[in-house]
Amino acid sequence: MNAIEFRDASLSLGSRVILSEVDLRIAAGEFIGVLGPNGSGKTTLMRAVLGLVPPSRGRIHVLGRPATRGNPAIGYMPQVRGDIAGMRLRGSDFIASVYNGHRLGLPIAGARGRAEVDRVLELVGARELSRRPLAEISGGERQRLLLAQALIGEPRLLLLDEPLISLDPRHESEVVALVRSLRRELQITVLFSAHELNPLLGAIDRVLYLGRGQAALGTVEEVVTGPVLSRLYGAEIEVVPIRGRIFVMSGGHPVERDAHRHEPSAERVH
Amino acid sequence: MLQYDFMRHAFAAATVVAVLSGVVGYFLVLRSQVFAGHALAHVGFTGATGAVLISLAPLWGLVLMTLFAGVAMGFMGERLAQRDVVIGLVLAFSLALGLLFLHFYTSYASEATTLLFGNILAVDLRTVWTLSGLSALALGALAVISRPLLFASLQPELAEAKGVRLRLYSVLFLAIVALATAECAQIVGVLLVFALMVGPAAAAQRLTGALASGVLLSALFALVEAWLGITLAFYTDWPSSFWITALSVAIYLLAGLPRLIERRAALQVPVG
Repeated sequence: MNAIEFRDASLSLGSRVILSEVDLRIAAGEFIGVLGPNGSGKTTLMRAVLGLVPPSRGRIHVLGRPATRGNPAIGYMPQVRGDIAGMRLRGSDFIASVYNGHRLGLPIAGARGRAEVDRVLELVGARELSRRPLAEISGGERQRLLLAQALIGEPRLLLLDEPLISLDPRHESEVVALVRSLRRELQITVLFSAHELNPLLGAIDRVLYLGRGQAALGTVEEVVTGPVLSRLYGAEIEVVPIRGRIFVMSGGHPVERDAHRHEPSAERVH
Repeated sequence: MLQYDFMRHAFAAATVVAVLSGVVGYFLVLRSQVFAGHALAHVGFTGATGAVLISLAPLWGLVLMTLFAGVAMGFMGERLAQRDVVIGLVLAFSLALGLLFLHFYTSYASEATTLLFGNILAVDLRTVWTLSGLSALALGALAVISRPLLFASLQPELAEAKGVRLRLYSVLFLAIVALATAECAQIVGVLLVFALMVGPAAAAQRLTGALASGVLLSALFALVEAWLGITLAFYTDWPSSFWITALSVAIYLLAGLPRLIERRAALQVPVG
């Protein structure tokens, strides 16, 4: 069974077409790197898988069923908002808020909820960390906790939206290594969006590159090539491999470098 | 001092209102909607003065107007409700409207001071009962929605994906804030609502990262500030709103001490 299937699916926000007639299949257990310039629809694609953006045409299937909101089989780590970094709340309570979070009642985690929080903290190795307020831990440690939060409820598909944003290279590779080992241990499918390919090299099975309403899915060798990226960027793109790293250049400048800002918040639908 | 009826009423009213504002304030600070709470209080001033003008109890004018504004703000969506300029303008215009209403209602000049700065010593038994009823309603509603509200406050995108209706909880919460604000205004007045709504909650969040103890501590601080404030007002004859606000600021500052000391200590540890 495929984890994710897009059948001629188009996604639009208002009058803007984000993806047009995309056809792709992601097998269960795959680790996919999602790349593309800002505004190319990485977040929108994840929101569509979550059932928050219905396709304007075509169909989207998740784990064999049409994408619907509130699917408990999907774990989701949204892009980090600035205010989390200022919160005085401790990590464990922050994570616990997801457990049964959609149900009415008091936010008191019972024995089962606490056990689930302990389980995910153990998985990411953040037990100690979770006792401290969010405002007092580093960016990399915070990503670890957010990853734990996404694992609540034993999802089979993990959507990680820009987990490497504003991390230094050392923490970047730590997060990628952690996701990689989680994928192997839990045997789950992972979609991992990033603005740069290099930190993901060697960890991902395939890459899903988005741009100008189109999508290309395949191995790094198949997709990250001059002709394919030139089509997605709508500009002459050169792919330059240097010592095991890959640089995507346009007119002599790396295009990924200045693309490290958050995707425009207009991508959210209200 | 408890031999006086007005003092007993004052303490009863302060208790009811302090617990409510401590608890609601915790969520307000957590959601970074503090400014929205402030704006609601000012809108309440228009309601209260309007009610006086048509000879209704100011409390009901407060309640109706803040409820209306709270729900409206919730529907506008979080982003709009947090826009400084919009809220600032609404805030100024509400005070101006209130001033106009007071201008038409010339017989009581002291009415303005009471509304702006509160007068807990003037609370009668009937008001105590009304405040208790509204408090129970607001706390009950908050208890019912608190889990999804917390989820939506901490991780809105994730909550939305899990099926939580963000707009719904935003509206419901602001309605609860509206009730708390209206009650608070009875005690400390519309201008000093911050003292009971924000001060205790912010101090509690400085001291503990645990959710449950944070909420309890916030309510406790609000209670202590209100009780002590009234007591000090009784013995000094200074306004109770002044004392409550001063205590609120003092507790907030004191709550910052443990971390300050910790940091100093960390700095003094010799390296290596």
